[in-house]
Amino acid sequence: MTLDDVLASLFPDGHDVRNDEGVVLGSAVLRSGTGMLVVGIADRTALGIDEAIRLSGYVLESVGRDTGPILVLVDSDSQRMSKRDELLGLNEFLAHLAKVLIHADMNGRATIGLLYGHSAAGALLATGLATRVLVGLPGADPAVMDLPSMAKVTKLSMEALEEKAKSTPVFAPGLSNLARMGAVHMTWSSAVSLAGQMEALLADMPAVQDKRDALGKERGGRVKAVDIAERVRDLALQTR
Amino acid sequence: MIAPLKDIIPAERARSTSFNEASARTRLELLLDAGSFVEFIGPEQREVSPHLRIFDLPEQFDDGIVVGHGRLDGSPVFVAAQEGRFMGGAFGEVHGAKLTGLLRAAREIGSIPVLILFDTGGVRLQEANAGELAIAEIMRAVMEARIAGAKVIGLIGGRSGCYGGGGLIAGCCSALAVSEPGRIAVSGPEVIETNRGVEEFDSRDRALVWRTMGGKHRRLLGAADVFADDTVQDFREAALELLSLVGPFGLDGLRAEQARLADRLRSFGGCEDAVDIWTAEGIAHAERVPELSADLFIALANRIGRTSRDAR
Amino acid sequence: MEDLNFQHRARARAGGTRQSAIVGVVASGNLEVLVERSLPDADCALEIKTAAVGFGEVWSAVIDDFVERYSPGGLKFSINDGGARPDTVSLRLAQAVRLIEGNGQ
Repeated sequence: MTLDDVLASLFPDGHDVRNDEGVVLGSAVLRSGTGMLVVGIADRTALGIDEAIRLSGYVLESVGRDTGPILVLVDSDSQRMSKRDELLGLNEFLAHLAKVLIHADMNGRATIGLLYGHSAAGALLATGLATRVLVGLPGADPAVMDLPSMAKVTKLSMEALEEKAKSTPVFAPGLSNLARMGAVHMTWSSAVSLAGQMEALLADMPAVQDKRDALGKERGGRVKAVDIAERVRDLALQTR
Repeated sequence: MIAPLKDIIPAERARSTSFNEASARTRLELLLDAGSFVEFIGPEQREVSPHLRIFDLPEQFDDGIVVGHGRLDGSPVFVAAQEGRFMGGAFGEVHGAKLTGLLRAAREIGSIPVLILFDTGGVRLQEANAGELAIAEIMRAVMEARIAGAKVIGLIGGRSGCYGGGGLIAGCCSALAVSEPGRIAVSGPEVIETNRGVEEFDSRDRALVWRTMGGKHRRLLGAADVFADDTVQDFREAALELLSLVGPFGLDGLRAEQARLADRLRSFGGCEDAVDIWTAEGIAHAERVPELSADLFIALANRIGRTSRDAR
Repeated sequence: MEDLNFQHRARARAGGTRQSAIVGVVASGNLEVLVERSLPDADCALEIKTAAVGFGEVWSAVIDDFVERYSPGGLKFSINDGGARPDTVSLRLAQAVRLIEGNGQ
């Protein structure tokens, strides 16, 4: 789906969401009357310092004014790979965006990521993976690491990697692999109204606690993470 | 008065041991009060990565990270140290989950700080999806710990630097100490060159790498609060200093960070090179900054006075 | 990867009381050695997982020499090897024994 398709299906009564060179900012009112802040990155734009600061600023400005949930739309490239971005501290800008989203989520503004296109690496960490619930749409094609780059580093052929990818979701690109990890909570249907699916999610929003590791175990993608984290936590709590 | 011998020897060793060259275990042993470190899920538990065998690669018994608790000047701290020589210190499923669990405990307790000794290239390629998500969970857990009142301090001076998702986690910490060899960035030099060409970034130009991503630049930019000389003792002192300086986290801090970063973009957004930024910051003979000794550099950085305190 | 296992009889029990120790790191040309005091006093065992396939005889010679020299009775060695040279292997094994005997830093 294109950004316009997504927005039209989510907000059939209209919205004021604008796409300015890949930076998506605006708001909309759901049919239930709930106001929703909308931010995002579109058109497979790389997420660099210039984009990130606008997104974080827009969310911060809304604090105190708005109370509704925050939607983060994601169709990005990777983080912008450039000398200028790194020189000026891209890691701080991306972390800041993630922090603003996490802080809002923990202070009564539920955050929902909607991954409808591509995303990768640092861009995904600062957007979709910094929300409470990440939803995937059919056709989304996230890739933490693309197979040609992996082939180069691991010195394995593409065929060998593709063969290995059949037995594990742990490294290969794709929405279903991220879902099995617990990173993508649910995949919506693009055949029915997104508005209805959004209303249903908001009516039954999971608790603010991060349960992605438990989800990853349940789905068989990350069998060890939740148990290791629990064990370390228990041992650490005993030191009190 | 003569101090007991056992108290002197560790400090002497910490003073003469390069943080950069030491192993993760040696860093922790010398950073903390002597004999105070207790590990959680140590190597004898053999909780190795379940994924490396798919690639016919050797495992390490601690999956490249040592987590536990100890004391710093008598006070309890949680610690995590990455081993940058094992798979470049990269985040995999088990590696990341150990840090997540530690941070979740810090959130519940609220008063015990966490020291993270970063040494990482970012996501471990062979388990990229699990590693990426582990980093997302750690970022969330860092913020939850900070909101609950726990201080999370990053110490960056390892041979693998602090790259990829490691850079984002560092950006979530309450404060950072960095040494000259400690590089902080998202995309590594080779990654930029591979994707954008040698004209964009020449990864073999080591001087360019250091002045773009290295500890001195990060300190002058205000990305790191304290510059440490490359000894474990210096990092110990830096950690103590930061623990005494860091205030509580809240919305004001995020607003201040927004202003700090926006101001940086306005002031230096047109600069082509780190030397241009340093010059714009008012440093005479900025091109000589890379040669400055730690003492001279710290004096300079303190005079320039840029910090991110209460703005991160 | 290749798995190698060696069982030896040792002249005497290794000194000290520490239950376990670890040295080294898994990297190219390096290895980690985890040593545990978990066997009868006269026994010694080594379990090796190595990235360098086909060097069983070299390992065997290095370990014969090590057991003869250090008499690591009661100790079990678990090794993850990133393709270390024999002299590095000998060094790490010796460090591991020193550590568990309480003589190392």
